[in-house]
Amino acid sequence: MTARLPDPPRAPAVAGAGPGAPYLNPYLAGIGLGLVLLAAFVLVGRGLGASGAFSSTLSWLVNLVAPAHAQANLYMQDYLGDGTTHPLKAWLVFEVVGVAAGALLSGLLAGRARFTVEKGPRVSTAIRLLCAFAGGMLMAFGAHLARGCTSGQALTGGALLNVGSWAFMLMVFVGGYAVAWFMRWQWR
Amino acid sequence: MMTPLFKYGFFGEEFSLLVAFVLGVGFGFFLERAGFGSARKLAAQFYLYDMSVFKVMFTAIVTAMLGVTYLGWLGWLDLDLVYLVPTHLGPQVVGGLVLGVGFVVGGYCPGTSVAALATGRFDAMLYALGIFAGTFAYAQVYPAIQGFVNANPMGQVTLPEVFELPWGLVVFVVVIIAVLGFWGATLVERRFRSEP
Repeated sequence: MTARLPDPPRAPAVAGAGPGAPYLNPYLAGIGLGLVLLAAFVLVGRGLGASGAFSSTLSWLVNLVAPAHAQANLYMQDYLGDGTTHPLKAWLVFEVVGVAAGALLSGLLAGRARFTVEKGPRVSTAIRLLCAFAGGMLMAFGAHLARGCTSGQALTGGALLNVGSWAFMLMVFVGGYAVAWFMRWQWR
Repeated sequence: MMTPLFKYGFFGEEFSLLVAFVLGVGFGFFLERAGFGSARKLAAQFYLYDMSVFKVMFTAIVTAMLGVTYLGWLGWLDLDLVYLVPTHLGPQVVGGLVLGVGFVVGGYCPGTSVAALATGRFDAMLYALGIFAGTFAYAQVYPAIQGFVNANPMGQVTLPEVFELPWGLVVFVVVIIAVLGFWGATLVERRFRSEP
């Protein structure tokens, strides 16, 4: 019987990224994502998405709490449908539940799944969580204005050479770089 | 055999939901593999010391773009049946800007926040709550701004159609830009990685 050797220390892929296996090479991860996207085109005739699942879920929740309000709202009407189908029985809702399952699987296999807050060393946890909430609100507004987020517009429309998607993608980088300097205390 | 399979009636609505889940698992798996379950890794794109967001996204775009191009040329994929989001340049430019700001403030985009909250990131959970709050707010103001959101419809339109260029040429140009971008991104990373 051989003695069990302790695991060698693993180097974090990003400074301060914490324990867990190093991340996959970005080009290999990109090819993997691209093949999943291609499979979506070939199997279903549509691309991947994310923000639409949030719209379906929110419309369903508001309809539970205040049905009159939800059904009178122009935006939520679209996601509630004519009442014959459950609002959560939507393609993107099933896809996003899969995203959570796939990410958890990958995170567990790599030892990266753990309860923590992602932030730079100079910012308090409370401020970071507040920023995350505010960022989510901004993102929702942007994604609904643009008819899709980084998944549904940039990734999916990018591969299909969709005009609006390429304009959108360019502006995401412009917007991000424009405020990066002002927000650096949160990340560095 | 002709694809998209769903559009050619190979399976129905119910089965397509199962397909959605399976595709989502693949999507989430590779997002987490790439490190996109971490807001710090994602935000690093905007501080130039780790350009993985650009590299992963453009590799994925080029892979899927070459895939649909070759499958189309072989006659196995009917690209006209693949759904394109209609183009409205005004709201898409403004939306992109707002979303870019939200990316740096919040650290995620909707898809990556799901990957992050599934692996235990509390900031991603707050971010997702923020998406719900923002969606609710958007729904309230939508009647007032729908004129802007639906202005100047260009329909379902692609770059080759707008610039009146052959599809293959545009694909070739995107591949060249991507390869030059990867090379440039690596140089930029090398320059900024040493910074504290």
